[in-house]
Amino acid sequence: MSKAIIRLENIKRNFQVGDETVHALRGVSFSIYEGEFVSIMGSSGSGKSTMLNLLGCLDTPTEGEYYLDNVAVSSMNKNERSTLRNRKIGFVFQSYNLLAKTTAVENVELPLQYNPDYTGKERREKAIKALDAVGLSDRLYHKSNQMSGGQMQRVAIARALVNDPVLILADEATGNLDTRTAYEIMVLFQELHAKGRTIIFVTHNPELAAFTNRNIVLRDGKVIKDSANDHIESAKKMLDALPKQED
Amino acid sequence: MNIGNLIKISLRALNNNKMRAFLTMLGIIIGVASVITMLAVGQGSKKSIQSQISQMGSNMIMIQPGTGMMGGVRQSSSDMQSLKLEDYYAIRDKTSYIAAVSPSVSSGGQFIYGGNNYPASISGVTPEYLDIRKLEVDEGNVFSRQQVASAAKVCLVGQTIIKNLFPNGEEPVGKVIRFNKIPFTIIGTIKAKGYNTMGMDQDNIVLAPYTTIQKRVLAITYIQGIFASALSENVTEKAISEVSTILRTNHKLKASDQDDFNVRSQQELSSMLTSTTDILTILLACIAGISLLVGGIGIMNIMYVSVTERTREIGLRMSIGAKGRDILSQFLIEAILISFTGGIIGIILGGGASLLIKLVIHWPISVQPYSVFLSFLVCTITGVFFGWYPAKKASQLDPIEALRYE
Ligand SMILES: Nc1ncnc2c1ncn2[C@@H]1O[C@H](COP(=O)(O)OP(=O)(O)OP(=O)(O)O)[C@@H](O)[C@H]1O
Ligand SMILES: [Mg+2]
Repeated sequence: MSKAIIRLENIKRNFQVGDETVHALRGVSFSIYEGEFVSIMGSSGSGKSTMLNLLGCLDTPTEGEYYLDNVAVSSMNKNERSTLRNRKIGFVFQSYNLLAKTTAVENVELPLQYNPDYTGKERREKAIKALDAVGLSDRLYHKSNQMSGGQMQRVAIARALVNDPVLILADEATGNLDTRTAYEIMVLFQELHAKGRTIIFVTHNPELAAFTNRNIVLRDGKVIKDSANDHIESAKKMLDALPKQED
Repeated sequence: MNIGNLIKISLRALNNNKMRAFLTMLGIIIGVASVITMLAVGQGSKKSIQSQISQMGSNMIMIQPGTGMMGGVRQSSSDMQSLKLEDYYAIRDKTSYIAAVSPSVSSGGQFIYGGNNYPASISGVTPEYLDIRKLEVDEGNVFSRQQVASAAKVCLVGQTIIKNLFPNGEEPVGKVIRFNKIPFTIIGTIKAKGYNTMGMDQDNIVLAPYTTIQKRVLAITYIQGIFASALSENVTEKAISEVSTILRTNHKLKASDQDDFNVRSQQELSSMLTSTTDILTILLACIAGISLLVGGIGIMNIMYVSVTERTREIGLRMSIGAKGRDILSQFLIEAILISFTGGIIGIILGGGASLLIKLVIHWPISVQPYSVFLSFLVCTITGVFFGWYPAKKASQLDPIEALRYE
């Protein structure tokens, strides 16, 4: 078995709302290994985003321990977690979250700006390479408001790739896109997976889960299903099978 | 994140909202420009007062009768008759700190020459008066001691008088002018001195022997005042106390009696006037400072708006690894950049405005290097101070909340 990137041990996350305690996660344990493409599903309010925030070191568990790349995260302070996010994690959001009026390359460079190890030139080179990997070499200097939703999400994926993270986290990354564009993004994720990236992909859409090699289903803050996907669909094929647009 | 990058980010953010950045800056620009201009105006008038007073004779001492009662009626000091010629002689002969002394009597009236006339007053003095007041003879001569002794009807006239009585450019020396029907022969003219700080025309002057004014114009034996000059500015105080002692003895005042005269020095007047302009300067600077403060509050306001508007950006930056201090410095630098740029523009504008005031309305202006430095310092501090709170607020945002912010 390959190396475990993520190890969750009985993770609980409670939110205090007034007098009430909301149990968003009620003891979750699993491991995710290098090179896996995991989809996380579950109904609304089941705790998917809460879990992804924990995995992304944006949040800390109320109870339990989380090891990222064999480092215990709960004991880290805010600044250490910032650095950890900067070096090991790439986020892709549902709403892209690109900087307004900023070119694609500059958006992609952003994570490297918070890493003093890179010079300006290296940043630029890496950003161009990452944009190349998502197929946007011809849109380097387009500003975020001059691109389509799919293109913006590609820029966001390039931004998540640029720091060579051990883990890419996507929360409903295709939620704002039409079916065709969503498939295009899935093709991209499958390519990245094929290149050995570890990806965790939160979605509502069971069809998309078929493109991943492992499905985890949450309900009420608990894992109710965790299974390997034996027949992974090819997003590329599905995309080709889609009826061509009329106009 | 290094400072160069931070400045680049801030510049971009400002560039994305040029109009807003400019309007925010405007508060600082106006504040700084007004601080500089106001201080320049205040300090300029102070300097010009000082220089004019020293032109008037900084070691001048003026002695006037004190206000007092005569027959139960409080009198104005010029109606008091407590100063006598004996006082003048005593001061002239018995002092060791006085360089020159002159009695003074004056009368107002109409001067007439040919078809021209002009209202002015004539002062009766001794030739020393010109030294005391730092007046210079232009053409002709000062009256002599003999002319003083004989109460000769001669006079010296200033340029304003000449202009009004001899509008056609005639030679005034040697002409006879009439003052209240009494003929005076002009034996000399006085060099122009212009207006003083209090707006008085120093060329509107006619000098004659005091004896002439006493006997032929006013028909009095007392004198209305004594002008003297101390040996130097440093001994003015000593000269004043000496004069007071002499006058008290002359007037046979008991230790419990109040002075029936007033001794004032030009120095006192000078410090009184400069302290007035100091107050003026402080007031102007306060008003200007308030506008700088308002500018600072403008920065704070806009930074708050900016932080709120960019909550998602802050969340994103945090999620990709920005630390609290990175966010703090980003917004702080933005605030400082606004105030700094505003400060520079304000300094240029303030300098320009000062120059304009000097050129257009000929006010005395003196741009103070310290005011430039001070306002620059103040506006940078303003930037830090008013930028700090919104920036701190931004840096303490929770990344998850911030990302979810609509
Ligand atoms: N900051 C918070 N404060 C209080 N309760 C919270 C907070 N964040 C999440 N919760 C609660 O935790 C539970 C799980 O929320 P979460 O956002 O993880 O759901 P989700 O699975 O991502 O749902 P969706 O599919 O709608 O995005 C919900 O009941 C929610 O109300
Ligand atoms: Mg969610």
